[in-house]
Amino acid sequence: MTGTLLIALAVFGACAVESVEALTIVLAVGLTRGWRSALEGAGAAGLCLVVVVAACGPALVHYVPLSTLRVVVGSLLLVLGLQWLRKALLRASGYKAKHDEDAIYRREVERLSSLPRAGSGRDAVGFAISFKGVLLEGTEVVMIVLTLGLSSGHLTVAALAALAAVVIVGLVGVAVSRQLSEVPENAMKLAVGMMLVTFGTFWGGEGAGVNWPGADLSLLALLAGYAALSWVAVRVLTRTRFPRAAGEAG
Amino acid sequence: MRQWPAAFARFCYEFVVGDTPELALGVAVIIVGAWLLVRTVGPGTFWCIPLAVVVLMVATLWHAISGAPS
Repeated sequence: MTGTLLIALAVFGACAVESVEALTIVLAVGLTRGWRSALEGAGAAGLCLVVVVAACGPALVHYVPLSTLRVVVGSLLLVLGLQWLRKALLRASGYKAKHDEDAIYRREVERLSSLPRAGSGRDAVGFAISFKGVLLEGTEVVMIVLTLGLSSGHLTVAALAALAAVVIVGLVGVAVSRQLSEVPENAMKLAVGMMLVTFGTFWGGEGAGVNWPGADLSLLALLAGYAALSWVAVRVLTRTRFPRAAGEAG
Repeated sequence: MRQWPAAFARFCYEFVVGDTPELALGVAVIIVGAWLLVRTVGPGTFWCIPLAVVVLMVATLWHAISGAPS
């Protein structure tokens, strides 16, 4: 139960972050090149991603032994999670610029407006950019859905959590009619990074033959440990980045 | 058509390794090390993996900030 809930949360968070980035591209395409090509491109990419999950998921479960799958999946999740966590920690402490959806949106609109348009009907440029944007942002989500879903045996839960995130971000995006720049993307990335590292540690260890004390409950202990480490890391990094401000505040 | 495998391999490399090769290499060392440790010491050596992950995280952050402009 603990593991299932954490999987649903991790997939939902990862998918929400990537959906915000994909939504920025789709909105920019829709407003500059027309909604038909933007939505068709996004829909086609979404369909491709669903087909990949539906085709690869059962095939991997059927042909690859679970211990091998867990070593590979654990390693992949550890690499992806550490990449997300590293980036989020550096952004939170000021060492790296935050992901600015407003700036990306403005840049995309400017670039797309300058491209020539076809006379009538479907706009090939708009379709291609929307398709590519959603496909690229979605690939990471597919990887996370497949790895988390397959190792835990909860592929349906992972897929449904991803779908829920896409629908919610899409609906909020449509409701506010603009890119979601106020979404705390870095905080979400930090939380998802910690969860991915937690699952990567757990399954990488299980695949290597480790016995975790308390079985699934050790996931919570790992998550708490990584959360504490991240908190310390942000404080230490902020102090080294802005020593004077930190000294005045303290 | 012949460019697809190369493009796919490049995409996979960028996706997994990207601009942090130390993380991919570090994770490979951790998993292989854990596998060897379990076979030589026993399956109770669970603590070594999170410890190694923390060391890797600290190392990659140190590497990132030592190269950052002040």
